[in-house]
Amino acid sequence: MSKIKAFVGKHRSLMLTAALVFAIVFPLFGFKKSMVRIFCRILMYFTLAGSLNITNGYSGQTSLGHAGFYCIGAYVMAILTTRFQISFWPVLLLSGIGAAVAGLIISVPTLRLKGIYLSIITLGASEVIRIIALNWEGVTGGSFGIKDIPRPTFFGFTFDSPLKFYYLFLGVAVIFLLISYRLIHSRVGRSWMSIRENELAAKSLGVRTAPAKMMNFAYGAFWAGIIGGIYAVYVQYIDSAVFSLDEGFNIMSMIIIGGQGTLIGPIVGSIVVNGLTELLRPIGVWRFVMYAALIIVMMWFRPQGLMGESNSILAGAKIKMRKAGKTGGKKEAIS
Amino acid sequence: MSGLLRTEGVCCYFGGLKAVDNVDMQVEPGDIFGIIGPNGAGKTTFFNVCSGIYKPTHGKVYFCDQDISNMSQEAISHLGVGRTFQTTQLFQFMSVLENVKIGCHMGTKTNMFDAIFHTKTYRADEQYAEEKSMETLRNAGLEQYANTLAGNLSYGIQRRVEIARSLASSPKILMLDEPAAGMNRLETDALRDFLKELNAKGQTILLIEHDMKFVMNCCNRIMVLNFGEKICEGSPEFVSGNKEVQTAYFGSRTFGKDVEANAEN
Repeated sequence: MSKIKAFVGKHRSLMLTAALVFAIVFPLFGFKKSMVRIFCRILMYFTLAGSLNITNGYSGQTSLGHAGFYCIGAYVMAILTTRFQISFWPVLLLSGIGAAVAGLIISVPTLRLKGIYLSIITLGASEVIRIIALNWEGVTGGSFGIKDIPRPTFFGFTFDSPLKFYYLFLGVAVIFLLISYRLIHSRVGRSWMSIRENELAAKSLGVRTAPAKMMNFAYGAFWAGIIGGIYAVYVQYIDSAVFSLDEGFNIMSMIIIGGQGTLIGPIVGSIVVNGLTELLRPIGVWRFVMYAALIIVMMWFRPQGLMGESNSILAGAKIKMRKAGKTGGKKEAIS
Repeated sequence: MSGLLRTEGVCCYFGGLKAVDNVDMQVEPGDIFGIIGPNGAGKTTFFNVCSGIYKPTHGKVYFCDQDISNMSQEAISHLGVGRTFQTTQLFQFMSVLENVKIGCHMGTKTNMFDAIFHTKTYRADEQYAEEKSMETLRNAGLEQYANTLAGNLSYGIQRRVEIARSLASSPKILMLDEPAAGMNRLETDALRDFLKELNAKGQTILLIEHDMKFVMNCCNRIMVLNFGEKICEGSPEFVSGNKEVQTAYFGSRTFGKDVEANAEN
C-alpha cells in the first residue's frame, strides 16, 4: 500500500493525465444510456461533495445545508432560462453567484458558531430554502415544479444526450478540481486550514478569520450552485422534493466515506455511494439503512475516510482522544 | 509617553473577581521584559488583555502610542504583536513548515484571484513564504522537523515551533506565555540562549515565566504581579531583593520575628 502511495506521489502529473484520459475515453465504449447516466451522477456528486468538502474538510465549518445551495442554483437556472429565455452559459454563472450570495448571507450570522451548532443552523437554512421553493408558487411553480427547461447549446452543438452531459460534468469537475487545488495550496487555503485546526492561534497570526470563513462558505456554495444549474438543464424538470435534507445527508455521506480534507476523497466517496445506490436498488428503501451502517462503520474504523490522510480533521479527533487518554495525567501536571 | 507597549491602569474583572487590577507597564523597544507572579496572579489574563483576547474593564493599552484597548485580536496582530500561548496552540495536524508558513500570512497578500490564476503576487508570495519559513526554522534550529506533523513532536520542540511561527510574522514585540513550561533544564538553557540571541538582533520580547532562574538570567526588567496587582518592577537584582516579592513567593517572616522579639522581652 505504501509502495503504491509512493509511486503515485512520484508520478503525480502522469497519474492525473492518465486518469483524465481514462475519464474522457471510457464512456465512448458503447455503454448503455442508463450506465452513462450513472457516470453523470458520479461526476455531478463529485463536484457537489467536493465543494462541501471545501467548507467541511478544509475550514472545518461543518455545514449540512449543501442541498439548499444546490437548490438555489437549480432554480436560478430554471427560472431564468424558461421565463426570460436567457441562454445557458451566463445563467450558469448566475446560478453559482446566486448560491454564493446565499452562502454569504447564511455565513454572516453563523460566524461565531462551530461544530454541531453550525450544522443545525445550516440544516435549518437548507430546509428554509426548500420550503420557500415549495411555497413561492408565483416564481418557482410550487409543488408542480418547473418543466421544459431548455437544453443548453454551445455554438450550435446541443447537449441532448447523457454522453454529452457526461463531458459537461467532467469539464466542470476538472475546472473545480484545478481551481480548488490552486486555492488550497496558497495563502488562502492555508488560512482556511489554520481556522480548522485552531482558530485562536490563527487570529494571533493575523488571519482575519471572519472574512476567510465567509469566502470559504461562499466558494463552496458557488460550486453547489453551478452543479444545481447543470442539474436543472440535465433533467429538464425540477421540483423542490429533490432538494430535501436527504440530499444534503447524501452529499455529506460521500465526503465522510471518501475522506474530508482531501481533494481525491469526494471522488471515491461519490463512486462508492452512487455505485451502492445502483447495486442496492433491488432492496429499495432498505439501502438507506445500509448507508447509515456504512457511515457508522467508517466513523468507527477509519474516521479520516477511505482516502483521508491521518492528518485530516476527523482522524485528528480520534488521535487526539487517544493521546489525551494516554498522557492525560502528564498534561494536567504541566498546566 | 513612549515605549513600545504601554498599559495605563489596566483592569480586567470577571464579575467580582479582579483578575488584573490597575496595572501600569511600559516595555521599551529592544527590551526583554519579564512578568512573574505566583499562580493565579493574573499574568496570563494581563497578556490576553494586551493581545486583544480580553478587553480591559478599565484602563488603556497602547502599542506604538496607538490605543489598542478595544481592537480585535487580528487587528492587534496586524500592528505587530506576536504571541504564543500557555498551552501550545499549534496547528497539530499540519507540518511544521506549514505552521510557520501560516505565520507568514501577514507578510503576504495573495487573494483568491491571485491563487486561482497564479499571478505575479501569488508567485512572489509563495517564494517569500517558503524562504522566510525556512529561514525562521533554521534560526530556531528546527530545520530537521520541517516536514514532521507538529502534533507528533515533543512538548519542548512544540513550544519552539510556536515561537518560530510567531516570529515568521516579523512581530515588533514577541509575547511569550510561559515559554519554558514543560521543558527540561537543557531545553530551557537552549531556549534562553535563543531568546537572548533574538534580543541581540533587536527583537523586543515580553514573557511570562514561572522558572525564576530562567527569568533572572534572561530578562532586563521584571514586573511582579500578585492577586492582579503590580507589587514591584525593576531589574532582576532589585526584584529579587524586594521584601514584598519575597512575601508573595515565600510567605511572611514576621511571625518568626515576632516570636523572637517576644522571647527577648
